[in-house]
Amino acid sequence: MENNRGVWVYMEQKEGRIVNVSLELLGAGRKLADKLNVPLSGVLLGDKVKHLCPTIFEYGADEVYVMDDPILKNYRTESFMKGVNHFAEKYHPEIFLFGATPNGKDLASAVATDLCTGLTADTTMLDVEVETRLLEASRPAFGGNIMATILCKKHRPQMATVRPKVMKALQPEMGSKGKIIEEPLDVEEENLRTKVLEIVKDTKKKLKLDEADIIVAGGKGLVDEKGFALIHELAEVLGGSVGASRDVVEAGWIGHDHQIGQTGITVTPKIYFAIGISGAVQHVVGMKNSELIIAINKDANAPIFDASTYSVVGDALEILPILIEEFKIALKQEEEEGEVKHA
Amino acid sequence: MHIVVCVKQVPDTRIIKVNPKTNTLDRRGIPAILNPFDSHAVEAGVRLKEKVGGTVSVLSMGPPNAVKMIRKCVEIGADEGYLISDRFFAGADTLATSYALYKAFEKMLEEKPVDIIICGKQTIDGDTGQVGPGIARRLDIPPITNVIEIKEVDEKAKKVVVKRKLEDGYEMIESSLPCLLTVEKDINPVSYSPLPNMIKAARYEPTIWKVDDLNDVDKKQLGLKGSPTIVAKMFAPPKLEGGKKIEGNAEQQSKQIVSLLLEKPELFEKKRGRA
Ligand SMILES: Cc1cc2nc3c(=O)[nH]c(=O)nc-3n(C[C@H](O)[C@H](O)[C@H](O)COP(=O)(O)OP(=O)(O)OC[C@H]3O[C@@H](n4cnc5c(N)ncnc54)[C@H](O)[C@@H]3O)c2cc1C
Repeated sequence: MENNRGVWVYMEQKEGRIVNVSLELLGAGRKLADKLNVPLSGVLLGDKVKHLCPTIFEYGADEVYVMDDPILKNYRTESFMKGVNHFAEKYHPEIFLFGATPNGKDLASAVATDLCTGLTADTTMLDVEVETRLLEASRPAFGGNIMATILCKKHRPQMATVRPKVMKALQPEMGSKGKIIEEPLDVEEENLRTKVLEIVKDTKKKLKLDEADIIVAGGKGLVDEKGFALIHELAEVLGGSVGASRDVVEAGWIGHDHQIGQTGITVTPKIYFAIGISGAVQHVVGMKNSELIIAINKDANAPIFDASTYSVVGDALEILPILIEEFKIALKQEEEEGEVKHA
Repeated sequence: MHIVVCVKQVPDTRIIKVNPKTNTLDRRGIPAILNPFDSHAVEAGVRLKEKVGGTVSVLSMGPPNAVKMIRKCVEIGADEGYLISDRFFAGADTLATSYALYKAFEKMLEEKPVDIIICGKQTIDGDTGQVGPGIARRLDIPPITNVIEIKEVDEKAKKVVVKRKLEDGYEMIESSLPCLLTVEKDINPVSYSPLPNMIKAARYEPTIWKVDDLNDVDKKQLGLKGSPTIVAKMFAPPKLEGGKKIEGNAEQQSKQIVSLLLEKPELFEKKRGRA
């Protein structure tokens, strides 16, 4: 265990781009590594991905472990696990973090089993106790009603998957350099038992909710589908996307893809409207890090007002039509003024 | 084809309450249920059997009263149930759980081969989704997580094609058999149980194994002792502060919201770009 040193972050990449959560984890990992006085390393696997190393250094890593092989073109548990295990067994990190994405969770589960160590799922807070060098990984438990801090005392590395959008990436430092440790993948295609036949992107979704700058989310307080149509209308006027509480999804007013929260998606838009949403913890975990939150609810004691930047106590069905009209007028005016300026 | 579905009995965390003073869970009167994700997994197994023939077994680790939950699986359409139950298994984290279930699979494999293992995506009490992949690694078979459809099964060629959900779409994966799938709720709804199943379930007694019924078990890898992770503490989620109130009637409130947001012109860049 004394031989295990260093904080590692698995660098998930997709089509030659590093996914956001991995950059966020470099930010979180940097803090842990500085406290422990050890290097921060990225672990990068893929086909023709070496050009991503500079980005990884710019976001805070001191080293990158790379495996570059055509077999690693698409994510597969078998091949990626072999590669990651190789590095971990040879260079023994003390902490190893993964983004809690479908592939990150899949990979971390397999790797932790092979390394026979502890893995904490869906972490939202990370810290380290310097004296004992223990990672304190905290996560919501029992439907988000309570937080639990999990330790892995006697096994190394201490592993965790971390939810996207809760940690903050560092400001990239252009031109940062570091050490690259490249090693070959020891896997033959004919020994692999899985094949990715095709990858299909969902093009139906107009704007990806987790990338939207403005989200207008509605809850059961809109009474029925007709009331909920006002949410669509406001989103349309603002050029935003539509979000929903679970109860709305369960009522069938909108698809599960739009559900914000613990069992939906986590979002951090610039503006989040929570309209007729009570603000249950499970909803709030999915949106509380938005830059500006405007809540409209007729109950002055609704818990959503604890999370909001601006609190509007009132009847959404009365406010929304007015708000939509006011925005239409204001944005139209802006547009005209803009045109005049350009003319 | 022998299909095995791994299931767990869980407290219904959807109604569990937390005592805010002590940060402990109040479990009084909380019913134990079949993990909702696993009910979809059992149904997926039953539907697969309807297509290709064979048997569906369910396997669980849990307390003796988990027999009730196994009967629930029989109602859904499982043919056989296996429960490993022993105080040695208690307090297990995901690593120790996958070890115990792996040992149960070894025992099961003495009787007949297993072609496909199906697990629910995750449990509602642990919320990790780590046990399925863990079992697959220990059995050295491919794990495929987040499955939303079993497209094709070719028993002769020992191959399966499944649809795996991704953040922004899906992928089609071909795997050799045996393999382990963890399935999302989207894979299929759970149908109402037909009466004959209910009758069978009412009297059904699963096979129960204690730790000594399994072979070559390293007890150090079981239960609390075999668990690398521990819960060090529980605490209330960080409190949020709440914001500024916007007063007035609906019209005044609307006007204030509009002017507040227009002070942040960068927010509407995209909108303007389109205009
Ligand atoms: C394990 C678990 C996971 C969960 N995951 C999620 C999740 O991911 N996302 C999620 O959203 N929920 C989740 N939930 C459910 C969550 O606990 C709440 O039940 C849900 O968020 C409530 O939805 P709501 O706010 O739309 O409805 P309600 O709680 O019914 O609230 C409606 C609100 O509207 C207000 N209202 C009524 N009429 C008006 C009006 N005319 N004008 C303005 N306001 C009005 C009411 O005052 C009330 O506050 C989860 C629950 C559990 C147990």
